[in-house]
Amino acid sequence: MKPDDAFYRRERARLLSALTRVFGTANLALAEDVVQETLAHAFEVWTYRGVPEHYSALLMTAAKNRALDVFRRQRTAHKFAPTIERAMQSEWLLRPTVEELFLPAALHDDELRMMFSVCQPQLAEEVHVALMLNLLCGFGAQEIARVYLASESAIEKRISRGKAVLAATPRLFELIAADFAPRLASVHRALYVLFSEGYHGADDELVIREELCREALRLARLLVDHAPAATPASFALAALMYLNAARLPGRTNQLGELVALADQERSRWDIRLILEGLALLDRASTGTEISRYHIEAAIAGLHASAPSASETRWGEIVILYDRYMRLAPSPVIALNRAMAIAECEGPTNGLRALAAIDGVERLRDYPFYPAALGELELRAGRRRAALSHFEAAFGLARNDAERLFLTRRLAACAK
Amino acid sequence: MSQFVFLYREATSPTPRELESRMAKCLVWFKELEDNGHLAYYGHPLNRTDGRVVRKGDVTDGPYAETKDIVIGFSIIDAKDFDEAVRLADACPLVEAGCLIEVRPVLTL
Repeated sequence: MKPDDAFYRRERARLLSALTRVFGTANLALAEDVVQETLAHAFEVWTYRGVPEHYSALLMTAAKNRALDVFRRQRTAHKFAPTIERAMQSEWLLRPTVEELFLPAALHDDELRMMFSVCQPQLAEEVHVALMLNLLCGFGAQEIARVYLASESAIEKRISRGKAVLAATPRLFELIAADFAPRLASVHRALYVLFSEGYHGADDELVIREELCREALRLARLLVDHAPAATPASFALAALMYLNAARLPGRTNQLGELVALADQERSRWDIRLILEGLALLDRASTGTEISRYHIEAAIAGLHASAPSASETRWGEIVILYDRYMRLAPSPVIALNRAMAIAECEGPTNGLRALAAIDGVERLRDYPFYPAALGELELRAGRRRAALSHFEAAFGLARNDAERLFLTRRLAACAK
Repeated sequence: MSQFVFLYREATSPTPRELESRMAKCLVWFKELEDNGHLAYYGHPLNRTDGRVVRKGDVTDGPYAETKDIVIGFSIIDAKDFDEAVRLADACPLVEAGCLIEVRPVLTL
């Protein structure tokens, strides 16, 4: 086993979820400490001769032994679940009780339950996402702050606010609870934001953003692999992540510069992710509910399976965007719809659709709105208009990759 | 060929993430030592937080309060001479991470 970058984060999430179940959500901080100690200890031991094959089971056993130790030595320092409080009266009872809590069947959906626990209805969506990043993806406040271009202390506050609410709940969310459906919708939204931050985020460190996409994919995978959470919308969400993530390798060239969809080398797209995404999309097509994830996945599927930009079924994409606008209208979706119209019907109609966007003022700081105007003006042959739009976009660009991309578009106007 | 004991020492307790990246680098270093016939014995990491110091008539909790750099592990290395042993130690990722390595020749007749 060769440890990779995500090793620590994956194992941390798994151990933390299990220990939070065992200690109770009120003892989240204790669970975090025990996870730290377990991992630190393991990494130190493995420094000499490598990570053993059954590292996962070994780590869980180590965590169990530390939990036992906590119950024995710190029994008065924390408040535990009644069954444990009772078991702590006698070593005869304690060990079997704890063993039972760590049986494979019990460990089964801890991470899933943690995901649902994090999405407390009284917390804002940004807190859900921050907690997911921290507790389920193992990112520290510093890394999360980079993703959001926020200060570390602001993110720390956000996380501790979330943890306080989480700690006030008695236990990890039960997947059979009455409010499962609305909670699942919150989980979907948080995962969607997590993925989007990675995919479209402002952080110019591409590695971190791809890592976010991978984590979102992993957590979405947990949903579709566990019965009550494997709804058509969960499949659609996972499908849209796979289908979009498949295009990540083509989105930048060897120099790390952004490449427009039309100019991407499609051979660099990840065919395995495309096939997996299409299979997930297929499984999403049961039932009657059509979510925004279904529509986005279907659009991503059309892009991913088109041999070239010009051979894309743009007509179908426009129809999908029309449905999207009826379901969840937003200026960004309207912008994408306008660009699809331009592909079908030419730049004039595209520009008309751009001009007709409802709430266009909300795109004021979004560099891709003036960039879209510039693109279509350029295609219509009005170089001077295109130039001024690209200049406006350049002024709004959020990172070097975007600035470089727009510099090239500006150059194209001068040709 | 002489033998040297490498005593790894460290003053601070790194985070699990630091330990993880350190682990990955150390495994490469150990592999290289082994491939080049320098590794006489891998040795072991030692518990940083627990220990006893035994003196005549007295046992106290250690590692020693007066030492800042606690021994966190050891290995036994084969090297041509002191210079080579020091060169090998210098390439250890632990040094890069801020640890000290005490290189001690094994006494022979």
